Amino acid sequence: MNVRMRTLSILGLVALAIAAPIGQGNYIIYVLTSWLVFAIAAMGLNLTLGYAGQISLAQAAFMAIGAYVTSLLTLAGWHWILAMPLALLACFVVGLLLGYPALRVKGHFLAFVTLAFNTLVFLVLRNEDWLTGGSYGLVGMPRPDFGLFSTMKQLHFYYFTLGVTVLAALAMWGIVRSPWGRAFKALRENPIRAESLGVDTRRITLLAFAIGSAYGGLAGALVAPLVQFIEPGSFGVAHSLRILLMVVVGGSGYFFGPFLGAAVVILLPEVLRFAEGYYLIIYSALVIVMLVFVPSGLIGVWGRLHEKFWPRHEIRADLKEGAGLK
Amino acid sequence: MSQFSQVVLSGLATGSIYALVAIGFTLVWQAAQTVNFAQGEFVMLPAFFVLAGMSLFGLSFGTALLFGLAVSVVVLGLLFKKLVAEPILPHGGITLIIATMALGILLKESVKEFYSAEAQPFPSIFPNDPIDVFGAVLSMQDILNLAFSLAVVVALTLFLNRTRTGRCMQATAQNPAVAEILGVNVKRMILYTFLINAALAALASFLITPVYLAKFSNGETLGLIAFIAAIVGGFNQIRGALAGGLLIGVLDNLTAAYVTAEYRAALPLVLLIVIILVRPQGLLGTKEGRAV
Repeated sequence: MNVRMRTLSILGLVALAIAAPIGQGNYIIYVLTSWLVFAIAAMGLNLTLGYAGQISLAQAAFMAIGAYVTSLLTLAGWHWILAMPLALLACFVVGLLLGYPALRVKGHFLAFVTLAFNTLVFLVLRNEDWLTGGSYGLVGMPRPDFGLFSTMKQLHFYYFTLGVTVLAALAMWGIVRSPWGRAFKALRENPIRAESLGVDTRRITLLAFAIGSAYGGLAGALVAPLVQFIEPGSFGVAHSLRILLMVVVGGSGYFFGPFLGAAVVILLPEVLRFAEGYYLIIYSALVIVMLVFVPSGLIGVWGRLHEKFWPRHEIRADLKEGAGLK
Repeated sequence: MSQFSQVVLSGLATGSIYALVAIGFTLVWQAAQTVNFAQGEFVMLPAFFVLAGMSLFGLSFGTALLFGLAVSVVVLGLLFKKLVAEPILPHGGITLIIATMALGILLKESVKEFYSAEAQPFPSIFPNDPIDVFGAVLSMQDILNLAFSLAVVVALTLFLNRTRTGRCMQATAQNPAVAEILGVNVKRMILYTFLINAALAALASFLITPVYLAKFSNGETLGLIAFIAAIVGGFNQIRGALAGGLLIGVLDNLTAAYVTAEYRAALPLVLLIVIILVRPQGLLGTKEGRAV
């Protein structure tokens, strides 16, 4: 796809996202907004998994940190726009502290450490009720009000979230294309070569994980005013798994993979209401089947078809999108 | 003192069951270089095979146990290897790890939808009578659970060290390429590993389910604790997994009894993070190459 085609199709998608909620009921708009929120969380995890090649199972915990920091500050009278950066910073710092020991060792230790961390965060949120309200959670977070543009209405909040998502996506685009982002990909494709070329692999991986965690925090900062009620149960390990599967189903290492994956996980159950309890069974079985045949995710399916009909020469792996997860 | 010994003993008993799960986990790690995130569900499921055997086919409890063991070995060993691990492994370790996560959800939700969402009582294999040993009241079930799991571990170690097949399996785990050159049927050895893992998970399931009741969500905590036991003990050693399991069982019980019940579940997690910081190869493990 050349640059102009690409720009046009991206603009088309944004236009579609702007038009989608018009004339819809509050519930549909709510579902669309949570699609955007989860797409942000998945985008962050995509940086960790798809670009730096590390499994993190704590994205829901970072959403929790983001959501609780934002809620506590906005309930104390802060404006969202001041509370959100603090939430991001908190997630970034926690990500650094958590990633540092986990990335010291070979293998997929980050997966275990993050899994344990997610459970720890859940326990703290449930037990420390003086701060977090325990199992009852926190209620009544105000939605941000920008004077002329108040986000109290569902539709307005959707557009506010869409704006934040676009900004977050642009920032991610910058990160991925920066020398840092190239180093992430180099690391994923051939860590030994990357290290011998002078890339400090540990620092780069750690940074990818911390930035990915901050994106989780941003998603959390948006969930708090969206639902206006948060409790520990919505940030359990199961939710981290859900976000991870979003990234994989969409196509890890592809820029738009998380959006597609989040759409499959958030929007599809609404369409497939009739499947009820069997939905998760069918979904998880399909994920396994997909991993057997097309491990690069749904976007990879498109790439494969494209390759079949319009073959072209192989490009360098560090410039290529999509992770061959090793 | 009596309470203390009871707390330690029941910790050892639960810990030895964790150890069975953790050992299966390390065997599969060594043979196939993969981390099975559905391991907890592998322990949850066999109990339901037994219950299904009793309610659907009217088997007696003893026969149903054998039935459950056989079904587990076929489904969680053979089918898991052939349908999930084998086709996905060439795509890379992370892909397979993610597939086992999806498999965990699949097993859990299937039990919830097709069997029951409620906790089911599960008959105990060993009598649950308290007995008196030197003035301390101990549970018979705990003692027998501990003895049985230790016997399984000893038998497994003897099999791996003393028989030809066992040594071929070890060779495969250490260096598949060289093992193949020396005439070991590597594929078959890896299959055996998966079968043994399934059998260990089934045995652990039969021992632990009478305590926890059979519930679809049992796997979540069990799986995590088994991982932690394996890492704390040393990921590449059977005795490491055994030590890790026993240690976590005892510490867990001691914390719950004497320190805090609220943060009981947090202890293994903190232990995990400390171990990774201080001694990443685990208490009894040997060093593997560092990152990159």
